[in-house]
Amino acid sequence: MLKMYLSLIRIRFLMMLAYRVNYYSGIVIYSLNIGVYYFLWMAIYGDGQSLGGLTPGQMATYIAIAWMSRAFYFNNLDREIAQEIRDGTVAIELIRPYHYLMVKLFQGFGEGLFRLLLFSLPGMVLVSLIFPISLPGMMDSSWFYFSLSLLGGFLINAQLNILTGLLAFFILNNQGLIRAKRVLVDLLSGLTLPIHFYPEWAQGILSFLPFQAISYSPNMILIGGWSGHEIGQALLIQGIWVILLCLPIQLLWTRARKTLIVQGG
Amino acid sequence: MLSIDARNLTKEFKVYQSRSGLLGAFRDLLDRKYRVIRAVNGINLQIKQGEIVGYIGENGAGKSTTIKMLTGILQPTSGELRVNGYDPHRQREAFVRTIGVVFGQRSQLWWDIAVKESFRLLQKVYRVPEDQYQKHMTRVIEVLEIGSLIDQPVRKLSLGQRMRCELAAALIHQPSLLFLDEPTIGLDVLVKENIRRFLREINQEYGTTILLTTHDLSDIEALCNRVIILDKGNIIYDGHLEQLRTKWGDGKRVFLELERDFPLSILEEKTGGLPITWEKRGPKIFTAYLTSKEVSVSNLIAHLLPEIAIKEMEIKEATTEEIVRKIYQEGMVHA
Repeated sequence: MLKMYLSLIRIRFLMMLAYRVNYYSGIVIYSLNIGVYYFLWMAIYGDGQSLGGLTPGQMATYIAIAWMSRAFYFNNLDREIAQEIRDGTVAIELIRPYHYLMVKLFQGFGEGLFRLLLFSLPGMVLVSLIFPISLPGMMDSSWFYFSLSLLGGFLINAQLNILTGLLAFFILNNQGLIRAKRVLVDLLSGLTLPIHFYPEWAQGILSFLPFQAISYSPNMILIGGWSGHEIGQALLIQGIWVILLCLPIQLLWTRARKTLIVQGG
Repeated sequence: MLSIDARNLTKEFKVYQSRSGLLGAFRDLLDRKYRVIRAVNGINLQIKQGEIVGYIGENGAGKSTTIKMLTGILQPTSGELRVNGYDPHRQREAFVRTIGVVFGQRSQLWWDIAVKESFRLLQKVYRVPEDQYQKHMTRVIEVLEIGSLIDQPVRKLSLGQRMRCELAAALIHQPSLLFLDEPTIGLDVLVKENIRRFLREINQEYGTTILLTTHDLSDIEALCNRVIILDKGNIIYDGHLEQLRTKWGDGKRVFLELERDFPLSILEEKTGGLPITWEKRGPKIFTAYLTSKEVSVSNLIAHLLPEIAIKEMEIKEATTEEIVRKIYQEGMVHA
């Protein structure tokens, strides 16, 4: 079983390598994004030493971490699933002895791992040469919690993507939905704006949504913005979301399989 | 043992109908009308282990829907279905390990990676032991002549090359039942022949049951001893190919060009008493229809000679294609 999933990750690696030019341009785009947000935030800070409990140095690190971890958790599972449903390729997946969505998840993981190793790590080196970024020491325990939290963020984001993709079974063209979801995730996950900069009432609502667990939690852990207690709580919330999101996915998948009409013969 | 046992198998689809005009579109938002279409209408299908069965029908007759139910992709609306002893839809993951499927119109290989990598992945997916994989696949690759292709990514292969790779991929786990949905569509004669020979071989050697849908009746003639014809969701014929021909084939047609012109009545008189009808198609050119199996071509010639000299002669038997077309057109129900 595990062997099969490892092979799936390997295949995804090979496929990404086949189109490696794609991610060279990615490095440039991400670095630009980091630059833009860095200068924007530094303008907001002005001469101030602290905003929302973060120093300018922490903020710069937050931006860099947020974008580089986005390279890991971001994937196109929603679009892929919708595409496979629309053109009927899903039929091929159903004649294989595996769980389609599990396979998708592992493909997304393979893709994320690829970008983490060949994109985020070199990108991070590049970015830290340009901007004043301070990361914890190699042996610091926050790296461990960060990795755990990053994995949680990946899972939640992948689950949301799977959910959006599966809606294609019911709404045959869900391109708009996919795009809306993407913007929503970037905005509400803390990527463009850390959650604690939202007004109180919005923070209250966001704490009941899964988005903040995708980007905000791992970032805050790594820049040292949280105490041990807060870290534990954030990880727990991520765990709960991962389990909770399984329910609508399973429900949708079971219903989808029953009503499946394979399009195009 | 029955490979496929379907009783009263039915599949219905809901098809949403949209109203016309802008107003209609708004009304559709609130209250959508749909119509139920019966794609497969209570068919019975029993196929024994080791049979090669041709499953034919016009476009939209319900062939693909049937295949999709038999492979567990679609859930039947009603009826009983056992394939290889499993309920295909409910026990999908265990069931699909026992079948191989080739969809001519869809690739099951990964587009961007080498064919060999796809095979390797499928080996892991089906958990085929290494030594068994080596032994089996070396042979398959050799017979299908794809040894030189499998290092290339699928996107670089031609259709015929890809199709042979697809077939190999469907056989990695040595399934006892093979579904082929239009496997030879768009292929040239040589590749077709290679594929057919290979299918016959695995059928004889491993006793693999093969269910084949096709528009190319020469596939059926080359492979199948049993043919099932589907029309509008109903099975209208299930039996031997030979029988189909004797039952529905209209005997032979003989095209004749004579040395001299004769009026039709003379010819009719000559063969009076025999089940032969004549048609005049031009000066000196006639067609004789031998409407019964009783009468042979030599019989016909014996009656014409020596007075009526024959210059050219061509004998035509109804092809399977013509027979099938006739069955579709007349839509006759044949139990």
